[in-house]
Amino acid sequence: MRIVAEHLTHIYNDGTPFAAKALDDISLTVEEGEFFGIIGHTGSGKSTFVQHLNALIRLPSSKKHFHKKRLKKGEIPPPATVLKVGDFDLTDKNTDFYALRRSVGMVFQYPEYQLFAETVKEDVAFGYKNFYGKGKPSEEEVTTAVRGALEAVGLDYDEIADKSPFDLSGGQKRRVAVAGVIVTKPEVLVLDEPAAGLDPLGKQEMMRLLHEIHGSWCKTVIIVSHDMDEIAENCTHVAVFEEGRVRYVLPPSELFQRAEELLSLGLDIPLTAKLVSALKRRGISVDCDFTTEDFIRKVLALRGGGA
Amino acid sequence: MTVQELPENAIEMRNVSFSYGQGGFCIQGLNLEVKKGEFLAVLGHNGSGKSTLARLANGILMPDKGEISIFGQVLDDKHLYDLRSRVGVVFQNPDNQTVASVVEDDVAFGAENVGLDREEIGRRIDFALSAVGMQDYRYATVSRLSGGQKQRIAIAGVLALRPDVMILDESTAMLDPKGRREIIDVVSRLNREEGVTVVLITHFVEEALLADRAVVMNRGEIVMRGTPAEIFSRGDELLTYNLTLPRIGIISKRLREGGMSVGDTLDFEKLAEEIARCVS
Repeated sequence: MRIVAEHLTHIYNDGTPFAAKALDDISLTVEEGEFFGIIGHTGSGKSTFVQHLNALIRLPSSKKHFHKKRLKKGEIPPPATVLKVGDFDLTDKNTDFYALRRSVGMVFQYPEYQLFAETVKEDVAFGYKNFYGKGKPSEEEVTTAVRGALEAVGLDYDEIADKSPFDLSGGQKRRVAVAGVIVTKPEVLVLDEPAAGLDPLGKQEMMRLLHEIHGSWCKTVIIVSHDMDEIAENCTHVAVFEEGRVRYVLPPSELFQRAEELLSLGLDIPLTAKLVSALKRRGISVDCDFTTEDFIRKVLALRGGGA
Repeated sequence: MTVQELPENAIEMRNVSFSYGQGGFCIQGLNLEVKKGEFLAVLGHNGSGKSTLARLANGILMPDKGEISIFGQVLDDKHLYDLRSRVGVVFQNPDNQTVASVVEDDVAFGAENVGLDREEIGRRIDFALSAVGMQDYRYATVSRLSGGQKQRIAIAGVLALRPDVMILDESTAMLDPKGRREIIDVVSRLNREEGVTVVLITHFVEEALLADRAVVMNRGEIVMRGTPAEIFSRGDELLTYNLTLPRIGIISKRLREGGMSVGDTLDFEKLAEEIARCVS
């Protein structure tokens, strides 16, 4: 599913003295099959944007929107807001939001805090039953779905299904939480800081897992992250949010060439980008895509082909 | 006797073991000394016993075996409350550590609990809030603060008790890079200027590098000791304890394996320097 947003604005507490503009006329496209990254400061609008994608934040219906503002004579009407996820038009209030939410899975920050059931199986099954559609799934259907989802996140169903989720380690809890979202086989998977708070190996493992899920379960993966190394290593495109606007949408290989600009926005850059600019100051140019692998290859090649 | 001889160690653990009941020890035969005024980093994978160590150090948990002393005084039931006010702990989740709705009340909570008088509490709040750079937020609503600000309030609440030791149990893990810097700045300043002993439990290499000394925990034991730079240069050993080399260590190692003679460094400027030397 392709995601298209045009002229999307969101104001919290609109019409009150507490009004705060979180998104300011943003336009952004995420193609199907991407591993898309979103970066930006706290409060830059990242979360507000991703919450639109499965209509946790609902847009006002376009018709209503149009009538609400009476235009003065000669005034040009503001450009229409477009927000489409595949065939779902989120500006239309007649859209089947139930089906949309089944297709767009959302994993919040620290999802392990949302575990609630007595057993892992029940917890993962919750979303599946909720999104089953009409009727009730049979016991076998539930078991098959739960088994599949747990195995997709690298957990052993037979070992873990009847345990309490609260007896698991932090990393396992998080994986159970992710399983509880992908169990509905969403086409788009959105994750807010999926690796935050894990230890270094846990982080690596989580990213490896997301790539596996990306290859098999969910066509499009969108991650929100503060970890620039993670972004540089994994993403196909990156959107940089700043004060409710989208500053850049670029592949990491191009984005991190603008190291100076990112630093001036107060954002971090990956280690490879730091090394590239430090080498540049010493008169050595390394043309790499900012992944560790490519950087090492290019640096080693420098020596061979040099002089 | 006018001058009392001050013990050199802020925290001393001798042969400490602890288990949470069922199945195996969480901390086993652990020996650790934290010197007064020291900045110690504690590393280790999840489940290695770091948090248990923090909880033992201020008497939230009591050891099954062994002995813990705080400034030379053995931590036992009799001295528990006294010593606890000298060892402050800041935990991971800022939302779990605030109790009041207004910043001032929240910071005062601990000081009120130990029964200080009003004026003194007022002075402590002034001190604590300015130490963490939050004096302008004295009457602000806690729930409207950012994660980094909430965590600074949590630190202020601990500071209001004027502790000699501060333990930060992954207190920066849930914060964004800016929030993390705020906390680390505050803590290193307290260590430098106020002489507060700091024990920093963290997964972030750049934070651990600020410490005077680091220890690595694995299965409830301390398995590596040294300066942070020393520890991060022992990559193969780190891997056996389920830790990873910092990314810069991986890069310099791989370059060496590729035949480029760069040294081991954790500073990217230095590594760039070495690469430049090798290729020119």
